[in-house]
Amino acid sequence: MGGLEKKKYERGAATNYITRNRARKKLQLSLPDFRRLCILKGIYPHEPKHKKKVNKGSTAPRTFYLLKDIKFLLHEPIVNKFREYKVFVRKLRKAYGKSEWGTVERLKDNKPTYKLDHIVKERYPTFVDALRDLDDALSMCFLFSTFPRTGKCHVQTIQLCRRLAVEFQNYVIASRSLRKVFLSIKGIYYQAEVLGQPITWITPYAFAHDHPTDVDYRVMATFTEFYTTLLGFVNFRLYHSLNLLYPPKIDSQAEDELKPAEGKEYAMDSESYLERLSALSASLARAVAPTHEDEVEVDEFPVEGETAELMDAKKKEQEALEKHKKLFEGLRFFLNREVPREPLAFIIRCFGGQVSWDKSLCIGATYDATDPSITHHIIDRPPGTPLPRYYLQPQWVFDSVNAKLCLPVADYFPGVLLPPHLSPFVTEKEGDYVPPEKLKLLALQRGENPEEESEEEEEEEEEEEGDNDKEEEEEEDESEKEEEMKLQKMEEQKMEEQKTQSKVTAGKVRLEDKQRLEQEQQSEEKRLAIMMMKKREKYLYKKIMFGKKRKIREANKLAEKRKAHDAALKEQKKKNKKARQA
Amino acid sequence: MEQPSPSDGSAELGDSEECDSEECDSEECDTEECDTEECDSEECDSEESSVYSGLEDSGSDSDSPGSREEEEEEEEEEEEGHQEDEEEEEEGAPGSPSCPQTQAKGKRKSLEDDSPLEGKQDLVVHDEYEEDSSDEEDIRNTVGNIPMEWYQDFPHVGYDLDGKKIYKPLRSKDELDLFLEKMENPEYWRTVQDRQTGAEVPLSEEQLELIRRLQRGNFGDVNFDPYEPAVDFFSHEVRIHPVTNRPADKRSFIPSLVEKEKVSKLVHAIKMGWIQPRKPKENVPAFYDLWAREDPNSVLGRHKMHVPAPKIPLPGHAESYNPPPEFLLSPEEKLAWEQQEPSERRLNFIPQKFRSLRAVPAYSRFIHERFERCLDLYLCPRQRKMRVNVDPEDLIPKLPRPRDLQPFPTTQALIYRGHSSLVRTLSVSPSGQWLVSGSDDGTVRFWEVSSARCLRTIPVGSVVKSVAWNPNPSICLVAVAVDEQVLLVNPGLGDRLLVAATDQLLDSWEAPEEERIQPVRWIPASPEERGKGIRLLVQHDKPVTQVTWHGKGDYWASVVRNPGGRQVLIHQSSRRWSQNPFRKSPGMIQCVRFHPLRPYFLVASQRSVRIYNLLRQELTKKLQSNCQWISSMAVHPGGDNVICGSYDSKLAWFDLDLSTRPYRLLRHHGRAVRSVAFHRRYPLFASGSDDGSVIVCHGMVYNDLLQNALLVPLKVLKGHSPRLELGVLDVAFHPQQPWLFSAGADGTLRLYT
Repeated sequence: MGGLEKKKYERGAATNYITRNRARKKLQLSLPDFRRLCILKGIYPHEPKHKKKVNKGSTAPRTFYLLKDIKFLLHEPIVNKFREYKVFVRKLRKAYGKSEWGTVERLKDNKPTYKLDHIVKERYPTFVDALRDLDDALSMCFLFSTFPRTGKCHVQTIQLCRRLAVEFQNYVIASRSLRKVFLSIKGIYYQAEVLGQPITWITPYAFAHDHPTDVDYRVMATFTEFYTTLLGFVNFRLYHSLNLLYPPKIDSQAEDELKPAEGKEYAMDSESYLERLSALSASLARAVAPTHEDEVEVDEFPVEGETAELMDAKKKEQEALEKHKKLFEGLRFFLNREVPREPLAFIIRCFGGQVSWDKSLCIGATYDATDPSITHHIIDRPPGTPLPRYYLQPQWVFDSVNAKLCLPVADYFPGVLLPPHLSPFVTEKEGDYVPPEKLKLLALQRGENPEEESEEEEEEEEEEEGDNDKEEEEEEDESEKEEEMKLQKMEEQKMEEQKTQSKVTAGKVRLEDKQRLEQEQQSEEKRLAIMMMKKREKYLYKKIMFGKKRKIREANKLAEKRKAHDAALKEQKKKNKKARQA
Repeated sequence: MEQPSPSDGSAELGDSEECDSEECDSEECDTEECDTEECDSEECDSEESSVYSGLEDSGSDSDSPGSREEEEEEEEEEEEGHQEDEEEEEEGAPGSPSCPQTQAKGKRKSLEDDSPLEGKQDLVVHDEYEEDSSDEEDIRNTVGNIPMEWYQDFPHVGYDLDGKKIYKPLRSKDELDLFLEKMENPEYWRTVQDRQTGAEVPLSEEQLELIRRLQRGNFGDVNFDPYEPAVDFFSHEVRIHPVTNRPADKRSFIPSLVEKEKVSKLVHAIKMGWIQPRKPKENVPAFYDLWAREDPNSVLGRHKMHVPAPKIPLPGHAESYNPPPEFLLSPEEKLAWEQQEPSERRLNFIPQKFRSLRAVPAYSRFIHERFERCLDLYLCPRQRKMRVNVDPEDLIPKLPRPRDLQPFPTTQALIYRGHSSLVRTLSVSPSGQWLVSGSDDGTVRFWEVSSARCLRTIPVGSVVKSVAWNPNPSICLVAVAVDEQVLLVNPGLGDRLLVAATDQLLDSWEAPEEERIQPVRWIPASPEERGKGIRLLVQHDKPVTQVTWHGKGDYWASVVRNPGGRQVLIHQSSRRWSQNPFRKSPGMIQCVRFHPLRPYFLVASQRSVRIYNLLRQELTKKLQSNCQWISSMAVHPGGDNVICGSYDSKLAWFDLDLSTRPYRLLRHHGRAVRSVAFHRRYPLFASGSDDGSVIVCHGMVYNDLLQNALLVPLKVLKGHSPRLELGVLDVAFHPQQPWLFSAGADGTLRLYT
């Protein structure tokens, strides 16, 4: 037979992948440099379809990169910068060793630096791509901006993160694009909608971090390096899309108001500017003076049938959105000093409310606690001398934002047991468990007022309960009587049996429930059909059904738990009532 | 022996005022000593004393307590040096009571040695001579510089120069005495105790003044001015005279060689490009409009394979700081959560409820979670996985409804009871009127189908492995396999003529002229056996496991459990003649069947089914069953389809025209399939299994070769209760009606209609 012998693993999947070590050797990089490069360039391992084939017959656990990706890295200018940096470090060390301070100075002046602009552009060819991937960048920047200025990473990084985070927050305020907020035990989740893209990020609660030892901060720092670059460019573009100045400038009018009295400045001008910006209380200066007839009137085209309905629905949605954006318009808030200032100020400003705080708490307070025009006072402890305004717990703000309407305030007074705080990110499908509070909320959104009904119901229930007690007692008596009757009957029967040993009893007519029969038949048909399924399909079917059943089981479990909890609560209430009566 | 120089004494005085008196006992002693001396020298005027104090300051210009230790060391050295002189002096005035004065002398002497200022010393010396005339008793303590607590328990505090004990002053003062002294003695407040001698000494005015000054933080010397104008020696002003008159070096006139070398090195380095001039700082804004000219089509080729990282799942209600109560974990759930592996947990946190936002603590794993996300982003291998998003109902194949495929047996109609042990086998008469069953209790029973009455019982003495009713309706004969025999039984049921004809047929045999060697022996039944209905006994050499009739009713085949040897025998009952069709047996044979239409013979071994053409005596086909161990086999009356049941609970449907592989492998049963059967007229087949159920299926075979058989399960019939891990052992269809018989391990036969 002619022809060359075909060697194994020289074609097909095996040639498309490369192991990490081989990739590293090909790039001539150390592992940390390779890691850094992968992080910056967004290169990640791929899981091959046939691992054994790619692994040349071995089953050892290896990570594989696409060969194309690695080849693509070969041309990366940053790789050379890494090498230059390595040389620079070596030279510097040598100069230090020889105490040649002049050389040290010179070397430090010529320290090789690199820029990540082209990588950002390459990884996100369009702006929307960048927005889509902004979640992690924002979360990371917000985390880094809370780090202490010493230790874990460079101070410049932390300051830059803080600046970018504040800028983004200011953009969200200016564009009013915040949609959902959620107080979780991990931190505060925010969701904004920018150019139609939902962007979710999480910020930790404002406490000092207990820095874990098993976390590699170099990895995080590398990610942050890229994320800060990305976020900077995104911010620039976002600010320009709103005709805002970038770097942001506080509105000159607001600036005058904010400017502290002479001689009372507590920080340098450059520092206090960021502080004032991060106070989030002032609006930003625009490059072009805003004209109020900015909103473009949408031309209406004559449409028919379904499209018309669709358009109507869209219009309604738009209106709802506009309304949501102006949720707190006209309300004046005051934040007490124990509530988290930054998140609340951010949220309130995002929905058009005015907000202030104690002057000693932070820069940027615009009015005093005693201001009579304050409508809502956010407080998290028993209030002192009450003024004519609503004193509310901070959850009200969050719940109102999520409900897209100002919720009734009665449930949120200080000292009142708060209603549960529900996640706005959950949209219950059919068959899922829906907490009763959510149902109530949905009813409220539809414009019904479930409060009264529920109260009535409660009253009724209470009355019923009263009745029930009596009934129960009666029932107990009755049941005793019944038992006696039964016993008597049994005895009688026995007697009769003894009298007549064999007896023909009249046959009973068995009532056949037609519907049930039908159902049974159908289910049997289904069972039989399932028997005829192919093995693979049967496996899939069983898996899906298992998942469904588990879901139902979990939902039932939650419902049961709730029921038990409510029952226990009612019991408690009753007891209290009795105790009060007694 | 203590000889503190006055300067030290005063310095320590200040110290002792500052620190607790308990701490520095010895130092206090010093102060007291010097106090005594001073108070004795009260005669000397205030000027003198002030000079004196000024002296000490300038002499040892260190008041700071930090340098005190050094001073003390010096002191000691001095003391040693002076000791001899002092002793001399003391000798000069032995027994004189004025000890303080001598002390003062000594001190002054030491001063003389120390102080550089001679003029003032003269004064002091002069003073000394003036007061030399004292003849006071010298009660100097000679114990040296030791902690005085060592003498706490003794009546004395040390020894004087003569080596006599110095006794402590009588300390018999009680509280009242102390009080009285306090009230009466106007000097009480300035009285201190000399630790060395135990004597009480009042402080002088000068000493008090010194103490006050030091307390205020002033210098001890009144005349010392710390704020004298400083005189700069080297100043910015250029003087007319040089500091030094040295002539200039030669090297200051000629160019430096070293510098030249250095410069040339630098020049060389610049030439070679080793040193680069400082680059001008670019003044480009850090951020600009990166996407100013974005082109959505300019996506890199690499991005085709791009798998975007999945976003972090959004939090649910359970993560809230104030979740609805049902989302909180109960204690058992919490325990289960803790015992789970972190990777197995459905929630990576324990839901908690807080009364107010103020009570919410920091989340300790926040940084961890961000870090894990980072690791996922750059380390986790990504793969595109197609999520099956199908409605499970769509997966169920659309089959014709069983109701449309009637008739088929649906309900249990009759139970045939009588056997005392499991019923292994059954067979139906071709007329459909009678039923025969063989059981482990060693009997063969004949039943009337319609009434479930047992008409005859033939005890055969051993386990009945197989029974088969002759399919020819004109012959009334049943083959029964018992141990190593096959009995041909005429049950004597039904038409008498038929029964008689059968007997006649069997009896009409005549022995051939030449005896042929047969693998079995045909033994006519004894009269006794004949009375039971047995007509012929066919003696095999090994236990027989199965008998089956050919469709015509003359030939029958038996399977012998004889691994390795001959296992299948074909017999002709009319000629009482047997033969072994195979020279070599293919493995262990499980089951054999005659083809209903053609002269084929089907042999099922463990894994495969072989089809032999009996006429041409060759293997026509070998069917691979894809099963581990075939248990039973049945042939479709049409002859083109075969089903095989297997012990690994599968049922294989073969289409002989299609392939040698099964057309369909049905896994309907949960346990081993024991028997399968086809209906002769209706498109039905049934399988009985160890799980106690019989499944009836619709098996429609079309004449059109292009259309495959349609298999639809119709009914799961349950009735037999499994016993000893055995359920249904045999199934058979009624020849005309769509009825099904089953024999079970619970000793019953059942009829489903």
